[in-house]
Amino acid sequence: MADAPAAGGCSPQQDYPTIDPTSFDVVICGTGLPESVLAAACAAAGKSVLHIDPNPFYGSLFSSLPFPSLPSFLSPSPSPSSASSSSSAAAVDLRRRSMYTEVETTGEAPEPSRRFTVDLVGPRVLYCADEAVDLLIRSGGSHHVEFKSVEGGTLLYWEGGLYPVPDSRKAIFKDTTLQLTEKNLLFRFFKLVQSHIAADAAAAGEGEGEASGKLPDEYLDLPFVEFLKQQRLSPKMRAVVLYAIGMADYDQDGVDSCDGLLSTREAVKTIALYSSSIGRFANAEGAFIYPMYGHGELPQAFCRCAAVKGALYVLRMPATSLLVDEDKKRYVGIRLASGQDIMCQQLIVDPSYEIPSLDMPCTTPVSNSPRKVARGICIISSSVKRDSSNVLVVFPPKSLEEEQVTAVRVLQLSSNLAVCPPGMFMAYLSTPCTDAFTGKKCISKAIDALFTTKASDDLEGHSETTSENNTEGVKPTLLWSCVYLQEITQGTSGTALSCPMPDQNLDYRSILESTKKLFSDICPNEEFLPRNSAPKYADDDSDSSEITR
Amino acid sequence: MHGRPRRPAKPEDAAAAEAKAAKLRDLQEHVLRNHHSRTYTKEALGLSFKLLEINPEAYTAWNYRKLAFQHNLGELSEPEAVKSAIDDELRVVEVALRQNPKSYGAWYHRKWLLNQKLAPVDFKREFGLLDKLLKMDARNFHGWNYRRFLAGFMGVPEEEELKYTMDKISDNFSNYSAWHNRSILLSNLLIKQSKGFESKQKIFSEEFELVIQALFTDPRDQSGWFYHLWLLAQTSSPENPQLIASWPSNGSNCSLSSLNSICCYSLKEGILPIVLFFNEPVKGLSSSSVRLNSDLVVGKNIQWRPLSVTDSGHSNCWVAYLEVSNLEYNSLQQFSVEVSITNSDEIVSRSGSNYNCPVHFSFTFKLSNNDVAQDTDPIHDLISWNCSEPLPSHVNPSCISFEQLKITNTSVHKESNWHLERLSDEIELFRELPDDNSKFAKLTLARLLLACAAIKSRGSSLVERKGYCDEALGFYNDLIHLDPSHKRYYEDERSLVLMDQLTCDMDALKKYFSVKVLSKLAPLNHVQLCRLSLTCIGFAERLLWVQMLDLSHNNLRSIEGLEALQQLVCLNLSNNHISSFTALEPLTKIVSLKVLDLSSNEIGSHPIDTTRYICSSPFSHKVEACEAFEECRKKNINVEEFWDAILFFKHVNLIQLGFKGNAVVDKENFRTLVLTLNPSLKWLDGARVH
Repeated sequence: MADAPAAGGCSPQQDYPTIDPTSFDVVICGTGLPESVLAAACAAAGKSVLHIDPNPFYGSLFSSLPFPSLPSFLSPSPSPSSASSSSSAAAVDLRRRSMYTEVETTGEAPEPSRRFTVDLVGPRVLYCADEAVDLLIRSGGSHHVEFKSVEGGTLLYWEGGLYPVPDSRKAIFKDTTLQLTEKNLLFRFFKLVQSHIAADAAAAGEGEGEASGKLPDEYLDLPFVEFLKQQRLSPKMRAVVLYAIGMADYDQDGVDSCDGLLSTREAVKTIALYSSSIGRFANAEGAFIYPMYGHGELPQAFCRCAAVKGALYVLRMPATSLLVDEDKKRYVGIRLASGQDIMCQQLIVDPSYEIPSLDMPCTTPVSNSPRKVARGICIISSSVKRDSSNVLVVFPPKSLEEEQVTAVRVLQLSSNLAVCPPGMFMAYLSTPCTDAFTGKKCISKAIDALFTTKASDDLEGHSETTSENNTEGVKPTLLWSCVYLQEITQGTSGTALSCPMPDQNLDYRSILESTKKLFSDICPNEEFLPRNSAPKYADDDSDSSEITR
Repeated sequence: MHGRPRRPAKPEDAAAAEAKAAKLRDLQEHVLRNHHSRTYTKEALGLSFKLLEINPEAYTAWNYRKLAFQHNLGELSEPEAVKSAIDDELRVVEVALRQNPKSYGAWYHRKWLLNQKLAPVDFKREFGLLDKLLKMDARNFHGWNYRRFLAGFMGVPEEEELKYTMDKISDNFSNYSAWHNRSILLSNLLIKQSKGFESKQKIFSEEFELVIQALFTDPRDQSGWFYHLWLLAQTSSPENPQLIASWPSNGSNCSLSSLNSICCYSLKEGILPIVLFFNEPVKGLSSSSVRLNSDLVVGKNIQWRPLSVTDSGHSNCWVAYLEVSNLEYNSLQQFSVEVSITNSDEIVSRSGSNYNCPVHFSFTFKLSNNDVAQDTDPIHDLISWNCSEPLPSHVNPSCISFEQLKITNTSVHKESNWHLERLSDEIELFRELPDDNSKFAKLTLARLLLACAAIKSRGSSLVERKGYCDEALGFYNDLIHLDPSHKRYYEDERSLVLMDQLTCDMDALKKYFSVKVLSKLAPLNHVQLCRLSLTCIGFAERLLWVQMLDLSHNNLRSIEGLEALQQLVCLNLSNNHISSFTALEPLTKIVSLKVLDLSSNEIGSHPIDTTRYICSSPFSHKVEACEAFEECRKKNINVEEFWDAILFFKHVNLIQLGFKGNAVVDKENFRTLVLTLNPSLKWLDGARVH
């Protein structure tokens, strides 16, 4: 992990540097993706920014850790907050909480364990046409990250087997598992949506309502699953469109789950993003890309952009308390572990900090039962799909057991992303849940469905022969796994902003959405990372047509 | 590359185009001057390069470069210098292709260079160029052409090229060129019986499977349908040409008038036509490939002529005229004629397969000396056509045994079971294609059904056959409404099915058949196909014996096919949509035709004659100015305007003609023209001429 570019903070523990100046427009604590994006956006908007992080690495809850550091990150030993108050301003102690519970690890960590890099946000990918990609390009962050495509596409778990997800004309044509009528109806459905998207885009561009090709409103207001039924798609094709392409999380056939019910309008947006992702970059296969060395590279890239724009960075710098003004109405600064008080207009903290409530109306309602996501991290000896390195797998609701109400998503990564040694694969699983029992049950059922825990005959190891001999029907061997629960919190605004947690989604869309909202609270009249905010590089004319390498 | 809308030119574009044109004209002038003065210096060549860089279509510049290259080559001795000269030319082609990847001249120049074989070809570079090009536009047929050329040039195995087409099809199956190349490669591999390509059935089953994946995925994409049609044609038609009908038929007996024999009016003219009809166009009929044996001395120089209006040399229908005029009328002798076609390498179909089912048949004819025969003018009275009148009670013509007309297929394909199964499978499949109102699905279904019907007609299951035809008719009726821009094509196809149904067996034909007895004449075999909305003629091989044919009140635009009816004496084409004299060309091949009704057609009402381009005309230099033109000129007839009418009337020898109701009648001198060229004419539009 790179060092802070601005502060020469390589000093030994407890020997904190002194920060000068002592007053900033914005102080941000924690270097997760939303915080880093905000840092870059604020810096680009001309604000003076101090960005600190208690960890010696970037990313906070969005980081990618070396394998040995994972246990301590998931279950931290409570560190005594040693703050020596010396300032005159009133201060409120700042507490941190762990977002992870129910951590359960099995198996021996394969050696060399340092060569495994573990994402805390997994499974997660970016659409090629994602806003996150645009942000990277706009901010210049794309110069610091490389991507590889999830070239194996998506597999759907259906009736006990894995099937490729036909997501394009080419894929439908080549798919050998589909019936002819399924092919016909599925492509017809895609074309219908495509023409709607095109008409929509044309109408938006010209400002006039060109109706040809557009879906009528009564269709758009329909639950997506009803629309698919109208289009005569078979149950399997409905599962493909709903859960693998439309990214629905909850069972759409359930009667009582109007909460997670996907509307056609919403789903069409996702499909538009999906289809515009295919073929966006000449050298990216499929709709999704993944950052080399893990997702921790993304916040780091935005931090670099912020630093280029003048933000000050100090790592290994915990914050101990928040400073309050005389009326105890507003937070006006932060007290660092060094004891130094920094004053600021706006305070932003990552979600692991509990913001003590002041005597003022809370702007966002706090939901009583926090949403949770069950996550799994696995190390396996071979790929779930032959001849593919990076693959997505979707378990639609009810595919694992009758009581399963949420979709389980799996992302398999290979050594070509430099996250594991050759011959091994990382697999990330997640599913949203309300209680630990059902969430973890879903994850472990999915692990059982995909992998076998029994080591295959050649115990010498996970050499290349194992992966080569992996024919259909032979499951990859599970070497190590970790299942845990993570709380999801939304970004909240106020005089101290709290950023959103990594959510249950496969992409960053909703995280970036709430980050943008937070930014507009801080800088109501500023554009969020305007296009020209990117520093000029000599090779900037490439227009990112080859973002992956 | 494809499917991008054209945007209208802006005014500033016009100015730029003007400047570009001026520059081009200047360059072109220079290059032409150099060309004429045979200046092949470096500067001169540079100018031609500049021209081609802007306009790769300047063909003269390419030719100039070829001459210059050859000229300059003479002065080069070192292989290195030759190589660099070639490289320069190759680079010029590449630059030109960058400007226009579909430039014929540029591609041809490259092929020409390689064909010089002056230096070893850098195939890696060539295939690299191709890959780049086909990545840019996978459907560029010039690229595919060049690929075939290269593959042939360096001997790339066809199996490998086949794999390449598969790669391209997997990338995007909407690729006519890839499918097309596939069809070519597969044909070659099957003919050669290469390893893995021994079984046509297996290969075609796989290909059907493949293309169906494309058709079901996107039924609106045409490229797969075209490939499917090719597969269908390969599956449904016999591999080798077959003789399907003849006149006279086997065992028949012809004479001028006798109740026990076929009456033959052409005997009056002193000739006996022998007509052979094949299931597909063939060429190569001659006195050596078709043997004639007769107790009559028929002369050695029997000539087989294709009966066709195109001059490709291939024809379904061939005729030979036996001269019998020198025979004595009084002799009541019967002459017999035997016709035999053996396995012959000379008779070849368009696709190159040989005729391989030996056929032998014989017939007799005699000349009688009754009164009728001596009358030099057989049709005295005006023939009346009464198509509204019901036909007289059915007379089964004793002289025609319908089955005799057909040459029975001696070799029913042993594979035809597979063919039928395959076709039935396809029909079932496309019936299940979710209704898309896809015109291609309907068209393909119609064709599949007709292919099944054709196979069934070889057997005896006529009921099934009728079912197939009826359903196909339904599809064509749908298509006429569904796809109006191709209405005429569907109408023609529908006409063919109708003709097939009307003539497929004697029971069907009975309704339309009668024997017309005219005073002082031998009875005529009369067929009446009126008010059936026919737009074209089909299955002429089943009507070879017809002498009087009523086709009035149809929508005929073309009468191609009637030329096979060498016995035709009277023909009624009134109330149709024939729009030109050139469309009547088939009639000029029928020697016996005496009575023709063309009234109420559209001849002369359309300023543009769409059939002209395929027929012989003075403009295509195929017809020499004949004396008929001179004759007409003398009578102040505008030959330039009426050349097609002159050619038509010169080649027919009519006694009765109906022509009213055509726009051309109103033109000056038209009547004079008709009378001048047809001196034997007795009735014109129902009135006596002389």
